[in-house]
Amino acid sequence: MVEVAVFAVAAAACLVGAIGVVLSRNPVHAALMLVMTLFGIAVLFVAQEAHFIAAVQVIVYAGAIVVLFLFVIMLLGVDRAAELSLGALPAQRWTAAAFGLGGAAVLIWLVAAVDRLFKGAKSLALETAGAAGAGAGSDPTDYVADVSALARSLFSDYVYAFELTSLLLIVAVIGTVILARRSDGADGRRVGQHGADGRRVGQHGADAAMAGSSSEAGR
Amino acid sequence: MNGLEVVTSWYLILGALLFIIGGTGLLVRRNPLIMLMCVELMLNGVNLSFIAFADRFGDVHGQTVVLFVLVVAAAEVVVGLGLVVAVLRASPHATADDLSALKG
Repeated sequence: MVEVAVFAVAAAACLVGAIGVVLSRNPVHAALMLVMTLFGIAVLFVAQEAHFIAAVQVIVYAGAIVVLFLFVIMLLGVDRAAELSLGALPAQRWTAAAFGLGGAAVLIWLVAAVDRLFKGAKSLALETAGAAGAGAGSDPTDYVADVSALARSLFSDYVYAFELTSLLLIVAVIGTVILARRSDGADGRRVGQHGADGRRVGQHGADAAMAGSSSEAGR
Repeated sequence: MNGLEVVTSWYLILGALLFIIGGTGLLVRRNPLIMLMCVELMLNGVNLSFIAFADRFGDVHGQTVVLFVLVVAAAEVVVGLGLVVAVLRASPHATADDLSALKG
């Protein structure tokens, strides 16, 4: 019963937060709603014996990613961009409705199919578990996914992917530094003036910013 | 255990709902920051499904995949926010349509 209550509360927090992200007019509120969803998901991870992933979820998502979002929001000062421009493009609105309804139907149908599969597989799993004895790691009854099992998987089966991940992070950091650096060349000053006088912002400013960034990247 | 217990399908349904909400928000919102947050919602829905399957089948590899998804999500947010800063610094009220300036 406690598990059901935990699931209900955490799932409600997740769904309210998700809907809040989509519907809130203020980007700061959307970021805080995102934190609510992420904490709910961390609680659900704990409920499913994934303690290390839950800790990483809180540290990385709530501690790093959302803070990064908030930094960008405050840095740019767009926290008063209040228009909730739903349906600015009719085609986009219809596409969104079709995606929402169709995707929900397809996914719920898939979950139902998987549910049937589970009901068939439960007896099979019990049979094999009984036949093979205490198969460590493959027996759902004494499954303990502790950090050592996770580390063994990460550093043996997925070690190449792990190393590639470090390469991805390096590339992302370097690319972001080049993109977001306030260039002090002639292009940068021009962009600053365009942004400062407030009239010719828009396409020109964005073009100049892109030109500056690409010329920086090309060097 | 009087008939009501948490089964894996509940987690899968919740993950699917999060994915759908995130995808719909990605389509209807035009603020690039909120669109990135919606991408995070979609990734979290998928993560929840991975953890649910890992718990259901007693296989730790699902958790490993979630770790990789976390790393890729962090990299994606970093690059996406870099792009958003580069565009929004020039024009503070740009929407996602103004990112078409990236076409060059």
